[in-house]
Amino acid sequence: MSNLAQLGSDIVKLWHTYAWIYLNGMWKTVSLAVICTLVGCLIGFLCGVLQTIPVSKKDNALKKGLLGALRGLIRAYVEVFRGTPMILQAVFVYYGLPYFTNNAVQWKSVWLAAFVVVAVNTGAYMAETVRGGILSVDPGQTEGAKAIGMTHWQTMTSVILPQALRSIMPQIGNNFIINLKDTSVMFIIGYSDFFATHKAVVGATFLYFPSATIEMAGYLFMTLVSSILLRRWEKRMDGDASYDLATSDTLAHTSGMVRFPHKSKQAAQEVRGH
Amino acid sequence: MREQILEVSHLSKSFGKNVVLKDIDFSVSKGDVTSIIGASGSGKSTLLRCINLLETPTAGSILFHDQDITKRGYNVPAYRAKVGMVFQSFNLFNNMTVLDNCMAGLRKVMHQDRDTAEQTALAYLDKVGMLPYINAKPRQISGGQKQRVAIARALAMEPEVLLFDEPTSALDPQMVGEVLDVMKTLVREGLTMLVVTHEMAFARDVSSRTVFMKDGIIWEEGAPEQIFGTPERPETKEFLSRFFDR
Repeated sequence: MSNLAQLGSDIVKLWHTYAWIYLNGMWKTVSLAVICTLVGCLIGFLCGVLQTIPVSKKDNALKKGLLGALRGLIRAYVEVFRGTPMILQAVFVYYGLPYFTNNAVQWKSVWLAAFVVVAVNTGAYMAETVRGGILSVDPGQTEGAKAIGMTHWQTMTSVILPQALRSIMPQIGNNFIINLKDTSVMFIIGYSDFFATHKAVVGATFLYFPSATIEMAGYLFMTLVSSILLRRWEKRMDGDASYDLATSDTLAHTSGMVRFPHKSKQAAQEVRGH
Repeated sequence: MREQILEVSHLSKSFGKNVVLKDIDFSVSKGDVTSIIGASGSGKSTLLRCINLLETPTAGSILFHDQDITKRGYNVPAYRAKVGMVFQSFNLFNNMTVLDNCMAGLRKVMHQDRDTAEQTALAYLDKVGMLPYINAKPRQISGGQKQRVAIARALAMEPEVLLFDEPTSALDPQMVGEVLDVMKTLVREGLTMLVVTHEMAFARDVSSRTVFMKDGIIWEEGAPEQIFGTPERPETKEFLSRFFDR
């Protein structure tokens, strides 16, 4: 019991002195994770769409060759960034740029380097996730879109990707939570996130375990809040599960349900009035 | 002579070694309501899907107003916008409301402004009796209603020909009626239609021409009274007798 009391008082002491530093670290962690997940999703969607451009036998050799090269490039990108530790990628990218340019080009800030590494890494995972999401959409949706004259690009942006996005939302949430935690490896290039705060604080106080407890609680807090928010977002995307009973359908015997937002209701009445 | 819209000649289609269509010759003129009948696996749907280029023909040509649509460089999306298609499985866009489904083609393909597209979409939704449901999502309405919306979506593009690929096969008997009623209205209005169907009564009583297919070959075509009343081919007789002896 005395251990627990000691731990409690140490935590209070640490928090009293370093609260602002811890909170700042949390902010750095959350902001990096949010931005990198968003940019990673964009990269993933781009790769996913490029990989699913259809090739038909009638296409000319140039188009076929370009698409083939593009697919190979994306494949290589995914394999390299998925297949090496992010902590090494950070070192490789951060020190690699000055190394290869004889110090002519250096990273403007650690933040920028961390952002590039985490975003590109997330993009590699998202590329496969998005590809899976696109494949999971019923092929009939593509045929329906093509049948009214949509191009591949239009089909993707207005029909397939919105549906793929919904089905991969849990996976995007997964990636976000992984990013919240894994941005901690950016301490290796000196990015001062929540975990780097821990190193700074224990360097000054030697209170390893109390500070680690704060870190544990802090990370858990961030991930739990994210989980809840992500679930809510998914629910909002789904819309209402139930609807108000509509007026009778003149052709069907089946009963149906519908809601009437104001504007469309008016428009509907206008057409009926004609 | 009526204007010829589509002319299919020597069309073949095979999936690997499986030959599904064999040297099909076939044409559609303005105002025709052609029903294509035959057993499952006879190639009816594949023929329709080839006409819309959802399947690429292995050989032969398809002329649309005397232009070969199977040629390299032909603007396929623009062609599809003029030839509507209604699917067995509806294929409504699940991420859009009923109204947005009918506006998608007008907005994205025809680049109409929102109000114009909405007026057109609402007019066609009214025609199929789906006005009360414009804000519903596809998963909130019944199969028959989905198919009516799918018809409205195709009609909104004001196509020259409308292809129906077994439009009532996925519906229970109660809902078949509501979809057929809509289709009969379209026939009365003079729309050019090409209907692959198992609804023999519809083929016999509503269409202006009936085509019988078996094993990837057109065996017989003519007026429905002739095909159903005095079929010449033994294959046609056999198919029809199996249907009407049930």
